[in-house]
Amino acid sequence: MVGGTMTLFLLICAAISLFWTPGSAYEIVIANRFLPPSADHWLGTDQFGRDIASMLMTGTQNSIVVAVVAVSIGLFIGVSLGLLAAARRGWTEEIIMRLSDFSFAFPAILSAIMLTAILGPGGVNSILAIGLYNIPVFARLTRGSANAIWTREYVMAARASGKGRLRITFEHILPNILSIIIVQATILFAIAILAEAALSYLGLGTQPPEPSWGRMLNEAQTLMFLDPMQAIYPGLAIAIAVFGLNLLGDGLRDVLDPRLSRKR
Amino acid sequence: MSVFIAKRVLTLIATLIGASMVIFLVMEILPGDPALVILGVDASESAVQTLTKELGLDRPPLERYISWITGLLQGELGNSYAYKVPVWELVQGALLITLPLAIMSIILSIVLALVIGLYAAANHNKAGDVTLMGISQLGISIPNFWLAILLIILFAIELRWLPAGGFPGWDEGILKCLTALLLPSLALATVVGAILARITRSSVLEVFREDYVRTARAKGLSQRATLWRHVLRNALIPVLTVTGIQFAALLTGTVVVENVFHIPGLGSLVLKAINNRDTIVVENVVLLLATMVITVNFLVDILYAVIDPRLKAHDI
Repeated sequence: MVGGTMTLFLLICAAISLFWTPGSAYEIVIANRFLPPSADHWLGTDQFGRDIASMLMTGTQNSIVVAVVAVSIGLFIGVSLGLLAAARRGWTEEIIMRLSDFSFAFPAILSAIMLTAILGPGGVNSILAIGLYNIPVFARLTRGSANAIWTREYVMAARASGKGRLRITFEHILPNILSIIIVQATILFAIAILAEAALSYLGLGTQPPEPSWGRMLNEAQTLMFLDPMQAIYPGLAIAIAVFGLNLLGDGLRDVLDPRLSRKR
Repeated sequence: MSVFIAKRVLTLIATLIGASMVIFLVMEILPGDPALVILGVDASESAVQTLTKELGLDRPPLERYISWITGLLQGELGNSYAYKVPVWELVQGALLITLPLAIMSIILSIVLALVIGLYAAANHNKAGDVTLMGISQLGISIPNFWLAILLIILFAIELRWLPAGGFPGWDEGILKCLTALLLPSLALATVVGAILARITRSSVLEVFREDYVRTARAKGLSQRATLWRHVLRNALIPVLTVTGIQFAALLTGTVVVENVFHIPGLGSLVLKAINNRDTIVVENVVLLLATMVITVNFLVDILYAVIDPRLKAHDI
């Protein structure tokens, strides 16, 4: 409930920032630099006179877009591979699982480092890197849960009645593991927001002038002695987003799959 | 046991070869000419060609891969394009900082996790448990690089107890160096420690409900003795697994946190290499980091078998 509200709040912030922000997140007005919070600038301004509240709101859009696309990449490819592995078994499963095994050696930041070294920094590369990291996570989870469903009696009955593997996958397997996948997606969404912020902080992700929470933290760090508050807001935004999504994931797990909920 | 270890070693070697191939494919085969990248887009064609030849990039990919791997095995990583010094020298210096930082962080996070997890489990559902679990949920949500900045603001700028960043170098004395690594390792350990604390708590609670624990208690063993003799050994297995998985997160976290504190470890080295388009350094550092992740997972597998012989028996 709390998690849902926090996540909804973020979505609303991102949606509003599409057509309205309290000030300008892009316009550089040196005369307005380091203004304290006021009615015009709710959270004050940064070293270029840009409105911090507006930058945070616009940054929400950026975080959400990166996370949605990255999780979708992992979701579609990973779930498909997992379903395929469970349906085909044998060497198909072996290959998919071994591939996912060693892709665990490449956490999102390492993949991003490689991609940026070759293609140069940018938002698209961070999406790709986070998406690639998500694929084996979804593939493993899907394959494990799907294997359990394949042994159920109703699946055997469906096979006995002559249904093909593809049809059984879509009619019986997928609907039964959907709740687990949704919960995992929520958690990976939170991880994607964290990873995007880390990559932008390092200068490998979203590039200026596009506001992003990680980038804002990077810039704020150089001003730590002058205006420490600038380093507080973007971090708080990231923490709220991740905290909300983690709580939402826990809540969804309790609602969608009571067997998995924490009984303790 | 030896069959089990032999099987694991074979998997380890296969995974390392696989990882090196992926890195090679991404870095060398994907579109993008390192010579052009080094010289810039305005470089003349002949200059690009000369550099391509100098770097050995005109040879067939397979030959290049094999010479990279044989070089690696002999400790010959080639010369950095940007610094013109052997890559191994750069990596060695950075590793001597990143490795102690990673070890300090993992020790700190295990200590944090055990203290918090055991306390929470012992006070199950009481105020202390609920508060600590709330805090740990918050700990999981905080980005480690933000926590790092907050720690600098508090301990370096406001209280002036610890340095805000930098690394004095091991010649300046161990104490000075460990002090410099204290805040970074705290920033890294808080997040990992929060995750491990939750696992420790739930794992201890689960083991507490086992029959053999009830038997031990029925025999008259005190709660403390049961905890040390029976519960911990069994409860620590899942904690160990997650610690292994978290090591990867910790190592990549090091890349980010090192940059917050301006510590010249592997993270700073690789980022500088990216900015200098020094692909040979990037390639080797990424392989080194991936190897560390793979090796730690291998060691966790082996430790497993030592702690819980059932797992080994099942695997054989």
